[in-house]
Amino acid sequence: MRPWVRSAAWSAAVAALLAVVVVGSAAIGPVRIPPETVVKSVLNALSVPAGIETSASGVGPLSVPGVGPLTLPGVDLAFASPFAFPVDSVHQRIVVGVRLPRILLAALVGFALAAAGTVMQGFFRNPMADPSIIGVSSGAAVGAVAFIVFPAALSATLALPLVGPVEVGLSRGAGTSLFAFVGALVAAFGVYAIATRGGRTPVATLLLAGVAVQTFLGAVVSYLQLQAGESLRQIVAWLMGHLSGAAWSEVAVTAAVVPPLFAVLLAYARDLNVLLLGEEEARGLGIAVERTKRVLLAASALITAAGVAFAGVIGFVGLIVPHMLRLVVGPDHRVLLPTAALAGGTFLVAADTLARSAAAEYPVGIVTAAVGAPFFVYLLVTREVTEL
Amino acid sequence: MSADSPVSLPDTALSLGDAPLLSASDVAVSFGDLDVVSGVDLRVEPGSLVGLVGPNGAGKTTVLRAVTGAVEPDAGTVEIGGDPASSLSAKAVGRRVASVPQTTNLAFDFRVRHVVEMGRTPHLGRFDAHGVEDDAAVDAAMAAADVDRFDDRSITAVSGGERQRVLLARALAQAAPLLLLDEPTASLDVNHAVETLELVRAFVDDGDRGAIAAIHDLDAAARYCDEVVVLANGGVRAAGPPESVLSASAVGAAFDAEAFVGRNPATGTPAVTAFPHSDVESRRVHVVGTGRPAARVVARLAAAGHEPSVGVVPAGDAAAGAAADAGATAVTAPPFEGPAEATIAAARDLAADADATLAVGVERSGDGANDPTGSDPTGSGPTVNGPPANGPNAEVAAAADDVVPVAVDVGDEELLDAVADAAAEKE
Repeated sequence: MRPWVRSAAWSAAVAALLAVVVVGSAAIGPVRIPPETVVKSVLNALSVPAGIETSASGVGPLSVPGVGPLTLPGVDLAFASPFAFPVDSVHQRIVVGVRLPRILLAALVGFALAAAGTVMQGFFRNPMADPSIIGVSSGAAVGAVAFIVFPAALSATLALPLVGPVEVGLSRGAGTSLFAFVGALVAAFGVYAIATRGGRTPVATLLLAGVAVQTFLGAVVSYLQLQAGESLRQIVAWLMGHLSGAAWSEVAVTAAVVPPLFAVLLAYARDLNVLLLGEEEARGLGIAVERTKRVLLAASALITAAGVAFAGVIGFVGLIVPHMLRLVVGPDHRVLLPTAALAGGTFLVAADTLARSAAAEYPVGIVTAAVGAPFFVYLLVTREVTEL
Repeated sequence: MSADSPVSLPDTALSLGDAPLLSASDVAVSFGDLDVVSGVDLRVEPGSLVGLVGPNGAGKTTVLRAVTGAVEPDAGTVEIGGDPASSLSAKAVGRRVASVPQTTNLAFDFRVRHVVEMGRTPHLGRFDAHGVEDDAAVDAAMAAADVDRFDDRSITAVSGGERQRVLLARALAQAAPLLLLDEPTASLDVNHAVETLELVRAFVDDGDRGAIAAIHDLDAAARYCDEVVVLANGGVRAAGPPESVLSASAVGAAFDAEAFVGRNPATGTPAVTAFPHSDVESRRVHVVGTGRPAARVVARLAAAGHEPSVGVVPAGDAAAGAAADAGATAVTAPPFEGPAEATIAAARDLAADADATLAVGVERSGDGANDPTGSDPTGSGPTVNGPPANGPNAEVAAAADDVVPVAVDVGDEELLDAVADAAAEKE
């Protein structure tokens, strides 16, 4: 079977699994809601463009949940809800307003982390690599923790370079996410800059630079935790990864960032396959190795940063999901990358459902690690992981 | 790669016209303070196979890497198909040059066919799918390299030799006019080694394509290459057709060993045998004896730095051939005739003049004359380890003061000791 055909077939299968898990997850919670009600509620909330109206006001008649009215100056897209199933309005509100944003954020974050993990494992030719290997997670942690500890000071400094007396009001959640995102990218760029000499970035140097930067940033985070005082609890929650209180706006931002970056990674799937042969052989096969590495690093860093910005550091998704899928679909990135990403989304939705349906709500990072580590030990013991 | 049907190789899409496929001049490469090679000139014309030989660490792989751009030369120019390599994109180089590395390093279990398909990478745009042409090239390459039998196996589950042939198939699928091979037969069995080199030969015999191969097997280089470049001590020591380049002195100097260059009896091409370096005093040694045992003695004496001569031997005898290859004197007589008196005299003079005279034992043929029991079905009966009792060589042996008998299967050290003893006796 053609690789892309195989890829589409596998992706459709995993996407179907993801849909089932999403519906199942939305049904589970303090209020049990039948799955068919979940589906009806979701369909009820759908808005589709129904036509274009020209108006001066620029306010659309209908809004997309969480995003608000979609407007273009002078031209309005008219939206219509094609479905109107009779559903209990409380159920409708729980599903669409409370559970769905959290579930979709989990799906997007899992998707992003697993995609980045797949690329990093191929990039480093090492099945043990994960998205945090180039310092992204620790950079995000420093950014987020710094903002949690010094919210006022950082809001002020952020205001400085802006033109004029613009009041920058960063809410706690938005500020944490913004600083996590920026911290992740700064750390990744730092690792890249340290490892690059004369236009070439040897993978081994990159790996070691990543370890060094992660260690240093770990020290910074520990120091900040000592200074944290009352906000320590919040820091711990962020560091363990959390999806509680996810808002539609967070889903919208993540959904705008992750798919385009994923498309870039997918476009380089064949190059990733060839890179697995080693850089010298890849060059011999016509790959512009250094440029390809830069593109892959930048896209992986960005997609990981988008993943951790809202949800905090969620470990093991980017490590074990690609590995599991490699055992199932093989190492060809044209098949592996989309299926691993979709499976990552599925895995994180399931893990988060577990995390929030326990007696007390646990950070999802605990669940992914608690489930992921034993699986990893299983891989080691059965010697599926043989190369380091 | 079956022997009975001609191999069909993927068509080379790109023709580079009459320009040399590879032209490197004055190339120097160093790693930090270590100068690996300098002043290297190489040229691969369409239709030719160039062998790169030399001792371990001579820089063969480095020179090949400089051609592909994997290492940046410190000096010199590399032109591929008439264009400077530095001006070509990675993709353009990939369409012109296909490399077969010594081994590959894959931690993930790709199927063999997929690895060969990767050879098509330089022909595909980012969003192109494999087309009919690509499939045809992959099929032909896999059949030619004899890897189609295990196309669905994982690359991590094939042997080192099979893996090397997979890499060859990948390079053939790349359909580039210049093939670069780094020790392509290093981990192959004797059958596949020959078939691989035959395949490379077929590749270049097409006329528009060429190849350059680092080869450690000098006999194979002599047999298959149109030109041999000897690389040693950081530079090119000799270059040219194998017959002229693979001389005992050039090989000995390059490999820091004593070498004897003879002829391969099956192919007629130069066959190189190296011996450990010896620091014995050079002696004039006359050898009495015929056939392969005497030839082996002459060859080893020459390789060890002695000046051998041999006679009287029938013209066309193996010992005469060995003497000719070693540049030594052989006194010959027409076969099946008794030697003329003058011939015997010439041999006698050589023996009298020599520092030592060795009489090599004779392998008796199994004609029954000396083997009345007829019990030896192999035809090689008992051997005589002494000077001949009669015949012309008895006269030659008599001319020497002291004749040292050596056994047919005399060892290297034993042989050199015999020469040293005989020479000491004579003094």
